[in-house]
Amino acid sequence: MKQIRTLNQANLKESAAKGGCGECQASCQSACKTSCTVANQKCENKNR
Amino acid sequence: MIHKYSLNGYHIVLDANSGAVHLFDEAPFDMLDYLEEGEIPEHPPEAMTDALKDRYDEDTVREAYEEIRELNRKGQLYSPDEYEKFAAMLKSAPIKSMCLNIAHDCNLRCEYCFAAQGDFGGERMLMPFEVAKSAIDFLVEKSKGRHNLEVDFFGGEPLMNFDVVKKTVEYARSIEKKYDKNFRFTITTNGLLLSDDKIDFINREMSNCILSFDGRKSVHDRLRVRVDGSGCYDSVLPKFQKLVKERSKDKDYYVRGTFTKYNLDFTKDIQHLLDLGFNEISMEPVVSEEKLDYSVKEEDLPRIFEEYETLSNLIIQRSKEGKEFDFYHFMIDLDQGPCAIRRLRGCSCGNEYVAITPTGDIYPCHQFVGQEEWKMGSVLDGSLNTDMKDSFALANVYSKPECKNCWAKFYCSGGCNANNLQYAGDIHKPHAISCSLEKKRLECAIMIQAALADQK
Repeated sequence: MKQIRTLNQANLKESAAKGGCGECQASCQSACKTSCTVANQKCENKNR
Repeated sequence: MIHKYSLNGYHIVLDANSGAVHLFDEAPFDMLDYLEEGEIPEHPPEAMTDALKDRYDEDTVREAYEEIRELNRKGQLYSPDEYEKFAAMLKSAPIKSMCLNIAHDCNLRCEYCFAAQGDFGGERMLMPFEVAKSAIDFLVEKSKGRHNLEVDFFGGEPLMNFDVVKKTVEYARSIEKKYDKNFRFTITTNGLLLSDDKIDFINREMSNCILSFDGRKSVHDRLRVRVDGSGCYDSVLPKFQKLVKERSKDKDYYVRGTFTKYNLDFTKDIQHLLDLGFNEISMEPVVSEEKLDYSVKEEDLPRIFEEYETLSNLIIQRSKEGKEFDFYHFMIDLDQGPCAIRRLRGCSCGNEYVAITPTGDIYPCHQFVGQEEWKMGSVLDGSLNTDMKDSFALANVYSKPECKNCWAKFYCSGGCNANNLQYAGDIHKPHAISCSLEKKRLECAIMIQAALADQK
């Protein structure tokens, strides 16, 4: 592609297929306590 | 669903449902204004070609259109939302995270405190060890098969009850092997009572520690005051510096500031924190009634957006110089972030995450504590309102009408339920100012990733 560059693997759909293990941190626990950003949490799924 | 925006010279296109992030040249970027959800037609719409013919030559338009179609075919542009079926999975989830309000008392009287200066609107008291022990037992039982359990020591000021913190950690460690659990402890402190012993303990046992510190002395001391009204900057700074200096690099910490209307130039506070030697930083907008002088209001948004852009440029510049730092709300991993199921379920409050008061009462999260109608049960008798738990489980991006059609839904995951309740009166109704701030932060975070990719 010449006019478009993709920055990442776009694997959200795939992540759902192998996801949902529930081992990751509650989003508010780590450094905010007053707002919510889930996307900056680390994935803990060892089988992903 | 896509979101297109231009920032810092980048034309960025986010495909919400696949998670794809693209950098577009101008021609394809402009073309998106004439396209809709779903399959892209074989031939460009007439309205598009008419509008663009004077701006781009025919070959450029043809090539750009084909590239757009290719992304669409690959499921990376206008991809469908196929995740709603996962929403029901969230009911009856184990409880695996806990906020232990180990002290409903504080040695500061920060004006902006959402915990009513430490007592959460009730009696000032410390959590007895027996209650903390029951909370740990409750968590082990309710976490079922979950291995990683998080316990945050919170308050008030948890260092006011540090003996119980230590005994609780010791107790949890003594049973984690037996139940095949991995406890991750964290603590949030204002630093006043930090001593060498406490620093050693925290650096040994806590996987993360949150150090409340607002930045410049004038900013910090204006609102973070002692009972007598005096500021605490000079007392806590050397203690925080010592803790961070001695902390192992494989453990997290965050210097966590609050910004208010008084310091909308908060990049200066972040710069100050960097100058002091801190490089894991969080800076949060104040949560307060809108009528208060220091509250962040809608009219402040353009100024805050400008400030987030200033901060983004600081991050990019420092990265170029090899002096990277983490700003919590700009941290984003575009490839290996949380799975889609995690993203739609939100912050987990009231479902996988609960807060415990010094008397053993259970609340959906630390921000609900003290609002009697939200009490969910007690760790002392094991009671738990499962109907309320289920209602939080189902408060996800599909049950919040404003979230369902929002491009940012898989990044913020429906926002903070407590903020929603406080400002909009309903956990399902997102707080508009929080949404605006979150979207701007995401736009900046993604742009930073683009800029950092260019540095490689």
